[in-house]
Amino acid sequence: MASVSVPADGRTGGLLRRPTATTGLWSWVTTVDHKKIGVLYGVTAFLFFIVGGTEALLIRLQLAQPEQGLLSPSVYNEIFTMHGITMVFLVVMPLSAAFINYLVPLMIGARDVAFPRLNAFSYWAFLFAGIFIYSSWFLGGAPNGGWFGYAPNAVLDPTRGMTFYAIGLLIAGVASTVSAINIAVTILNMRAPGMTLFRMPVFVWMSLVVQFLLAFSLPIITVALFQLLFDKRFGTHFFDSVAGGDPVLWQHLFWLFGHPEVYILILPAMGIVSEILPTFARKPLFGYQFVVFSGIAIGFIGFGVWVHHMYAVGLGPIANTAFGISTIIIAVPTGVKIFNWLGTMWKGDLTFPTPMLFAVGFVAMFVIGGLSGVTHSVVPSDYQQTDTYYIVAHFHYVLFGGAIFGLFAGLYYWWPKVFGRMLNDTLGKVSFWLMLIGFNLTFGPMHVLGLQGMPRRIQTYPEELGLAFWNLVSTVGAFLIALSVLVFLVNVAITRRKPRVAQADPWDARTLEWLTSSPPPEHNFDEIPTVHALDEAWHRKYVETEPGRVVPVPAGGSGTEAPHAGEHSIHMPSPSYFPLVASVGILLLGYGIIFGWLLAAAGAVVLLAGVYGWALEPSAE
Amino acid sequence: MRTRTRLILGLAALAVFASACVSDASQDTLKPEGPYAEQIYDLFVPVFWIAVAVFVVVEGLLLFIALRHRRRKGQPASIPPQIHGNNRLEIGWTILPALILAGVAVPTVTTIFDLAREPEGDVLEVNVLAHQWWWEFDYPQEGIVTANELHIPTGRPVYLTLCAVGLGYEDQPTPSVCQPGPPDGAPPAAIGDGVIHSFWVPELAGTQDVVPGQANTLALQADRPGRYSGQCKEFCGLSHAYMKFAVVAHTPEGYADWLANQQADAAMPEPGSLSATGMDVFLNGQCIACHAVQGLEDANGNPVAANGGPDLTHFASRECFAGCWLQTQDREELAAWLDDPAAIKAGSWMPDYGLTPEEIDALVAYLEGLT
Repeated sequence: MASVSVPADGRTGGLLRRPTATTGLWSWVTTVDHKKIGVLYGVTAFLFFIVGGTEALLIRLQLAQPEQGLLSPSVYNEIFTMHGITMVFLVVMPLSAAFINYLVPLMIGARDVAFPRLNAFSYWAFLFAGIFIYSSWFLGGAPNGGWFGYAPNAVLDPTRGMTFYAIGLLIAGVASTVSAINIAVTILNMRAPGMTLFRMPVFVWMSLVVQFLLAFSLPIITVALFQLLFDKRFGTHFFDSVAGGDPVLWQHLFWLFGHPEVYILILPAMGIVSEILPTFARKPLFGYQFVVFSGIAIGFIGFGVWVHHMYAVGLGPIANTAFGISTIIIAVPTGVKIFNWLGTMWKGDLTFPTPMLFAVGFVAMFVIGGLSGVTHSVVPSDYQQTDTYYIVAHFHYVLFGGAIFGLFAGLYYWWPKVFGRMLNDTLGKVSFWLMLIGFNLTFGPMHVLGLQGMPRRIQTYPEELGLAFWNLVSTVGAFLIALSVLVFLVNVAITRRKPRVAQADPWDARTLEWLTSSPPPEHNFDEIPTVHALDEAWHRKYVETEPGRVVPVPAGGSGTEAPHAGEHSIHMPSPSYFPLVASVGILLLGYGIIFGWLLAAAGAVVLLAGVYGWALEPSAE
Repeated sequence: MRTRTRLILGLAALAVFASACVSDASQDTLKPEGPYAEQIYDLFVPVFWIAVAVFVVVEGLLLFIALRHRRRKGQPASIPPQIHGNNRLEIGWTILPALILAGVAVPTVTTIFDLAREPEGDVLEVNVLAHQWWWEFDYPQEGIVTANELHIPTGRPVYLTLCAVGLGYEDQPTPSVCQPGPPDGAPPAAIGDGVIHSFWVPELAGTQDVVPGQANTLALQADRPGRYSGQCKEFCGLSHAYMKFAVVAHTPEGYADWLANQQADAAMPEPGSLSATGMDVFLNGQCIACHAVQGLEDANGNPVAANGGPDLTHFASRECFAGCWLQTQDREELAAWLDDPAAIKAGSWMPDYGLTPEEIDALVAYLEGLT
């Protein structure tokens, strides 16, 4: 365990001296604390959320009426591509990573993740991947071949945009792979005494499944991105049918990653909702094992449905049948989860503060996305719907109505834990209803638009198609969503000025993170808790006197271990410069591949320096 | 408040779907006009209603539970019985959806295989060549080529072979089993990149991607005469939105008339007319580097053959051009196109040759005469 106390080896001074700042900018730059890194992930992802949302508003403005010229085709292609890349790789994944980083060690009763410096490295590499991709706007044009980057269009495009895409996603992939190993090891090896796998909160379980999905799916996209990069930059012919390459190869590799990716995006939100519903129903999660096993089943089957993105490619009826059936099968565990969430609320003592509203909103919206998803398993029906706005509607119900609603639920729920201040509930509710209405106005009509023949990724459409009305409605809805996000930001600004008064356990919740103060100390728990049951924190507050009858633990009769703070010092991993140095090296390497070998060499030197410094720096001050 | 909002939302959703049935959309998956599209529609509709039923049940349950078990105003907090689950319910809500889905799977599979079957009997075979950003239709048995409009007879199955046309990585043309390509030995003109497109005319059939190096097939049929709107569905670069086409279904007699006209050589303008001047511009300028007009010969006495651009022999017999984005009969649109194609369709592979207004006038007159 990284948190085991190691005596300081006394090496101080010199080049490899470890940084010591605990406050101010340097403490953030050099931190290896999983909580600070979680906050960094969250803030960065939210900034990208605002950028990606602005891109969405531009798209909606361009499409509000037929034959508009607000965005030229070339700019439109860049904007819709960047919107997709941003929301998938720079918003939902890192925002989930923010929750996973912050909460997993707290929920399993650990002091930090298994590899704290690696954790910092993941964050910086992710940040630089985002900066790298966005810098393309100023260096010859942004990626313009869609987030799906289909070859040969991506290769034949004369701009460098898709080269930035390939390298940027490779850097982001390094960040995610490293983080996947780190979190998986943390969950498997660093649980508190008594925290057996089946006493872990569902959020931790879903995080674990996601780390395995990442570890197995990222190598696939890595191969594809290297092939794309080599075709674009070095003139190879992986996707060139003239030279014996195959454009469809890209699609297989991309979606073999891309479909597990969908579950990488949604499972953390499902975990969040599985924590919030029991708290505000004051009941345990219904069918805990079934929810966990459904999540695992979704993870496995998620690797076997990729061709449902490719029914129209011409793979033949047998392939389409096989993947149609696997897509049908994956609906079953998804349904099981939804019914268990309903079971959790059944006969609960339900209250509806903002986090609960977002969690229930998640369930309501995800059901719609799930049902439209089932229509994709009906292959012939997808022959019509593929590449139309019906699909756009479907995956926004899953990724916005699902993932984003779930993540917002988590923001409101854990905000007091992270910042010690409660977000304003009235503003939260205003924000929720604006978002729910705006979301449905934006994406509900897209079902109709798709069925009525509006293809995706078109910069404009002629008036004769009769699509103007619902497009206008959709644009109005998008601005309501923007307003809702604005209300959230106002809420954050107001809350920042309030004093830190949040209690350790403001929601009367069930999991370990609520045992420690809000915000938690750097070492998380003064004494590592010993776990006796699922929902440990709840069981320390309430006892079952007879089956079904629960009463609060009488004062003083709690089984909680008394805190022993101050009796012995707790050694925490020291901050380090080198994760940042190593990721700067990777960033320079990325630019070097595009702009010249001298820069690449410099990047390699910095990377090596970072790695050596990392290996050689003293373990403590 | 919550109830009312939900109710309004629910009604709004219903209105949305109701409106889908009575729309003026002209490229609509919900208005099938031939057996292939109908087969898909007949599968979609029951699945849609099953989904609606599940939607009503699940959302209704959610709403009911949220209202029924909410802590009411003034009610003190209580600790409900700590129910951990119920295995019978779990088995039930695993098996019931699985059964419903199995029921959906059976017609799905049979329809997949039905649609993949090559039509038999009196079949019209057409090769579809997808260019950046327009469609070429080659009728090998009839010996004609047209652009952006696929003309077919009603009641007769049409079997399409679809190929992507364009230049690959090293400016080599994508090999294709579909004809026609550049004339033998001729260097390919700038014909665009050979990227993936997707052929879709929703009122007649489902989608079929058009992939470089691969010949896909698709069957369609129209039961009623009419003009059916279609569009490229796979993102294919700058002018993806401008890559439309139309399928024009004639009665068998009307189709025979159309075919006879298409098989004839191009109309010759009257000597001395503006149109004849336009023909000279066409022959002596850059047009014939890419475009064919059957019956014309160039300065060296060679026939004017297609080399990457649309065949213009019967240009004026078509209602639309430039990926069906522009109307053939609109002389102003045609003139604007000749003046600067890329200003209308971004990235257009037809260059701006700096034609003078007089040349454009003459060309418009010539093209409008190619009926």
